[in-house]
Amino acid sequence: MTTSTLSVLVQDKPGVLARVAALFSRRGYNIESLAVGPTEHPEISRMTITVNLEDQPLEQVTKQLNKLVEVLKIVELDGSGAVERELALVKVKADAATRSHVLETVQLFRAKVVDVAVDAVTIEVTGDRGKLEAMLRVLEPFGIRELVQSGMVAINRGGRSITDRHAKPPAPISIAEAG
Amino acid sequence: MTDKVTGAQSLIRALECAGVDTIFGIPGGAILPAYDPLFDSTQIRHILVRHEQGAGHAASGYAAATGRVGVCMATSGPGATNLVTPIADAHMDSVPLVAITGQVNSAAIGSDAFQEADIRGITMPITKHSYLITDADDIPRAIAEAFYIASTGRPGPVLVDISKDALQAQTTFEYPTSIALPGYRPVTRPHSKPVREAARMIAASERPVLYVGGGVIRAEASAELLELAELTRIPVVTTLMARGAFPDSHRLHLGMPGMHGTVAAVAALQRSDLLVCLGARFDDRVTGKLDSFAPDAKVIHADIDPAEIGKNRVADVPIVGDCREVITQLVGAVQAEYDAGRGGDSGPWLATCQGWREKFPLGYERHEDSLSPQYVIERLGAIAGTDAVYVAGVGQHQMWAAHFVKYEHPRSWLNSGGLGTMGYAVPAAMGAKAALPDKTVWAIDGDGCFQMTNQELATCALNGIPIKVAVINNSSLGMVRQWQTLFYEGRYSHTDLHSARVPDFVKLAEALGCVGLRCDSAEDVDGIIAKAMEINDAPVVVDFIVNRDAMVWPMVVAGLSNDAIQIARDLKPDFEEDEL
Repeated sequence: MTTSTLSVLVQDKPGVLARVAALFSRRGYNIESLAVGPTEHPEISRMTITVNLEDQPLEQVTKQLNKLVEVLKIVELDGSGAVERELALVKVKADAATRSHVLETVQLFRAKVVDVAVDAVTIEVTGDRGKLEAMLRVLEPFGIRELVQSGMVAINRGGRSITDRHAKPPAPISIAEAG
Repeated sequence: MTDKVTGAQSLIRALECAGVDTIFGIPGGAILPAYDPLFDSTQIRHILVRHEQGAGHAASGYAAATGRVGVCMATSGPGATNLVTPIADAHMDSVPLVAITGQVNSAAIGSDAFQEADIRGITMPITKHSYLITDADDIPRAIAEAFYIASTGRPGPVLVDISKDALQAQTTFEYPTSIALPGYRPVTRPHSKPVREAARMIAASERPVLYVGGGVIRAEASAELLELAELTRIPVVTTLMARGAFPDSHRLHLGMPGMHGTVAAVAALQRSDLLVCLGARFDDRVTGKLDSFAPDAKVIHADIDPAEIGKNRVADVPIVGDCREVITQLVGAVQAEYDAGRGGDSGPWLATCQGWREKFPLGYERHEDSLSPQYVIERLGAIAGTDAVYVAGVGQHQMWAAHFVKYEHPRSWLNSGGLGTMGYAVPAAMGAKAALPDKTVWAIDGDGCFQMTNQELATCALNGIPIKVAVINNSSLGMVRQWQTLFYEGRYSHTDLHSARVPDFVKLAEALGCVGLRCDSAEDVDGIIAKAMEINDAPVVVDFIVNRDAMVWPMVVAGLSNDAIQIARDLKPDFEEDEL
């Protein structure tokens, strides 16, 4: 099994997230990470979903996602061709004796301190999964009091946009009035 | 045209604009506002059912018999949850259905209000799409979209849940002339490249089979299928959902494949070198043990739903498109192959298949002292004829009805194939008869199924919907009993319904405003069926008391390869001299 990253463009409507999530859960698949947010088009949201699946189930769930009326487009991002980022906020124990060591780690990882208390600092770090895991390993001995992580967001490298075709709405469907 | 109306009036006018002529439903608190303008509609006939499940299956029967969208209506909470089974049923069998439910006031949604249920959430995995409408202005667009989505692409059920305050609010009515569904673009026209590739494979194949599913009926592609089959002389198998898509009387037809398929159909698929799968989905009841199904066959898989292609069996040539367009193009492409001098001799393979059909015909045991259920169904089919519509429940009687009634036309056989919903027959027959009042509609039901939904006979009696019901009464849950016989050493745990004693189906039928008849001997069968055929001013129920030990054969034991097909208990067909 390999971890795959899907970028899913959806209409920004209530219930879309439930529909998408249900397609995974009914098949017993666990979503590793999920991030949803607006795009440059106000009516379109973008979900970044990472899952750990074999090729065949991944293909099936992608096809099922495509059948959802509110799903506009699905693109599987490939790791090397895409920039992937997660954000973590970490509250680490840091008193007068250890604070300078903690701050050194923050600098080494190009993270930043966003809050300081007498016995702890809160660190904001952004990066790919490998970087976040590495930093957490280094911080661990100081004592991690609280950790919160965003889902991964990802975008393809290069000049092309996966939302291009959705810049203008498609031609409406004409309805033959019956009765 | 823009008029000031209530949301409820807007709903009814939108339904009229969508072409609705029949709604099956039951009013209740939250949907009550809609029933007031419905009372005045001259276009829409509302049929007041006795249970919302009946409304849902009736709408499905209406849709399956005609191809038009079936409509059912219920109130919030329990009214809506009673629609869950028919919605799931329609989802599995690709039936175009629009279910309209009332919802509690929008301000109360989420508060566990009286008769509140999150029906949109509950039905999300079993609908093609769904709406929760809390603004009266959104009603016409939601209805227009719902009918479009339900009836196009792969048909399916769409739920429109409307809050009571939206039904009561003032709004303006204007039916949309166009809708915008940027994420919904079903592909109906196939690409020509895979069609040409498919034609080449067909011309080059030696043992091809046309594996035909319900998609051919939904796409109205029977005439095109006949043309393709006769052009190529490829033998045809029709799945449970496709019975009637190809005439049973045709010399190329090998019958139904699958767990209870004919030996010829099952053997042809197993030995085939090319499956031409048209609107079928390699269901487990067709394939048996998947990795041993048609082991030597390449697969051409045509379906309007891309998610079906490659789901269970890898397709060598995938074709996404509407079956009618696919088959039409395939006819042209195959003809071009033949014109170019390509195309093998299908004669020996066809002769082999036809040999199996003759050597291993469907059959059953006749008993001296009891009535054979298969005989009843066979005679029913012969007497009611090929212009009647047959609607089955689920179980042994369904399999016998699939085999022993001979179907010549699409939409003459309705049943619950995918979900296997016991209780489908009576309400679905009601829906079919309401849609097609000039057709003879026979429900072929089991005594177990019949006791799940027979309350709709009251609806039929009061609304002038004279369906006919043959209850194949073996006093038990027959299919389960058959498995207990075969796999549980005859330990009949909770399958004895005692229905020969209680209830008295004749009296029950009479109590429900129907004519009740009973038959327990072979010599009376024709006479009783003829009598039932003559009654057209009331529904008729015939209680056929049949042998409870009759079993459905052929059978492939669940989980085994289709090569293990048995034509009777522990009896395998002897193919020896036919081995290829």
